[in-house]
Amino acid sequence: MIRSEGLVKRFGAATAVNGVDLEVPTGTVLGLLGPNGAGKTTTVRMLTTLVRPDGGRASVHGFDVVREPHQVRSLIGLTGQYATVDEGISGRENLYLIGRLLDLSRKGARQRAEQLLERFDLVAAGGRQVRTYSGGMRRRLDLAASLVGEPAVLFLDEPTTGLDPRSRNGLWDEVRALVANGATVLLTTQYMEEAEALADRVVVIDGGRVVAAGFTEELRARVGGQVLHVRPARVHDVPSVARVLAYAGLGVAAVDAGDELVRLPVSGPDALTTAVSALGRSGLSIASVDTRVPSLDEVFLTLTGTERSGS
Amino acid sequence: MTTVVQAPVGPVRARIGPRAVLRHSLAITRRNLVQVRNDPGQLLDATLMPMIFTLIFVYVFGGAIATDQHSYLQYLMPGIMVQTLAFASRATGIGLSTDFGNGLMDRFRALPIARSAVLTGRVLADLCRLLLGQLVMLVFALVIGFRVQTGPLEVLGALLVLVLYGFALCWVSAFIGLVVRSPQTVQTVGFLWTIPLQFGSSMFVPTATMPGWLRAFSSVNPTTLVTDTCRALLNGGPVVTNLAGALGWSLGLVLVFVPLSVWHYRRRT
Repeated sequence: MIRSEGLVKRFGAATAVNGVDLEVPTGTVLGLLGPNGAGKTTTVRMLTTLVRPDGGRASVHGFDVVREPHQVRSLIGLTGQYATVDEGISGRENLYLIGRLLDLSRKGARQRAEQLLERFDLVAAGGRQVRTYSGGMRRRLDLAASLVGEPAVLFLDEPTTGLDPRSRNGLWDEVRALVANGATVLLTTQYMEEAEALADRVVVIDGGRVVAAGFTEELRARVGGQVLHVRPARVHDVPSVARVLAYAGLGVAAVDAGDELVRLPVSGPDALTTAVSALGRSGLSIASVDTRVPSLDEVFLTLTGTERSGS
Repeated sequence: MTTVVQAPVGPVRARIGPRAVLRHSLAITRRNLVQVRNDPGQLLDATLMPMIFTLIFVYVFGGAIATDQHSYLQYLMPGIMVQTLAFASRATGIGLSTDFGNGLMDRFRALPIARSAVLTGRVLADLCRLLLGQLVMLVFALVIGFRVQTGPLEVLGALLVLVLYGFALCWVSAFIGLVVRSPQTVQTVGFLWTIPLQFGSSMFVPTATMPGWLRAFSSVNPTTLVTDTCRALLNGGPVVTNLAGALGWSLGLVLVFVPLSVWHYRRRT
């Protein structure tokens, strides 16, 4: 169980985290979603005892992160942009080091290192310095390093940012396996897709505040309805298509220069029929028309009200 | 709010005993030594660099400073051993700063280990480097013609005095590494502060020709005190004069910079 109430962290005049409440029941996965600078990492750093909160309180399995940091540290594993491994020694040495720091015997630490290398498909690279690893191998080792102590609670801070899809799927499978074994996981991500793939519940934060919380389906429902996508055969017809749809009473679509299609949130079962007949009358040449449930990324953008800056 | 809401799955530790602290420190020491083994170039500052300085001073300046190169070598060598410490101890701060920069520190700090273990482990590894550097320099000195005028006990004594002072310098270096933010600046600052201490001392030349204020500085400068102690131990002469000052400085620096470093390590986020 991870719990926080009114967590606040200020850096000088800037408030990075401004009253975040979280609750992650034991054995579940919470996705903490937000754009860059939303306060995700700072929240995780407070929950993992690395940074002292300026306000509010937080606990892991009932242990207060400020007053009982030691107990908290013996329960958690941390993988993230900021908690990494030593590049100047091998993967095997890294895992052995952490095993020793977690009070495993020499033999126990060695065995644990081998187990984890095997599980994360790093046996062949185990003796090589980590600086020679690919991005995917590096992340697998990061995750392995946080599992040496078989933590009951795992914090994953943007575990797949910058990974190719195959490495990302492999990492997701590992996280699912951990959860199947009863781990409690708090995962931060910029990708709604990742939260949907792994999390039971999602908390969206922006500007240091919680802007939405709930199950992924609930969040989708909050944004509501469907989105009509109309792609004209000629790109320069995009504004005309938008105008036709507006005259047909379907609402005004925001169209930017360079858009290849018109996206318009619609509601009601007749919207598609109305759109198709209006477009038919207009004589514009249309490449495709369809309606879609909004992607979670669209939900995310609606909730946070920001364009995602490049990763 | 100390009630356990949910029975924790793993073992929960509240305190760490001194034996655990030692074990954790040694695990970190091992990590740092493995790093050196993987990248032996890290030893150049403690070996090749002082060798080059020795050659420059003996063969370029030696004849001008002393009557002949050999007698200057006898004078210089204990000083170079002290300079070797200053060079080698810089690695402590640079290493700590690098660990903070790339995120390894967060990994350590999220583990249930004593904060001091990371620092102690680092300094212990650097002490091994220092000792290796001293032994290499001693052999090098013998090869190019330096001759110990005393006995093996005195040599051992000199090494002890040197390593103790090196230990103190490592903690100063650790402090710099924790206070200054970027590894590059740590490198510069770690170099800068040692320059006046080295040249404003009896390390390279006798202080007799220096102006009064500099002589005054030099006479209380730990570099002078440690160098002259080692000179007496290796070349013969009264040891006691400077020994108290050398040990006093070393212990004093340790007493000041160990707590300061630990404090900054705890505070740094």
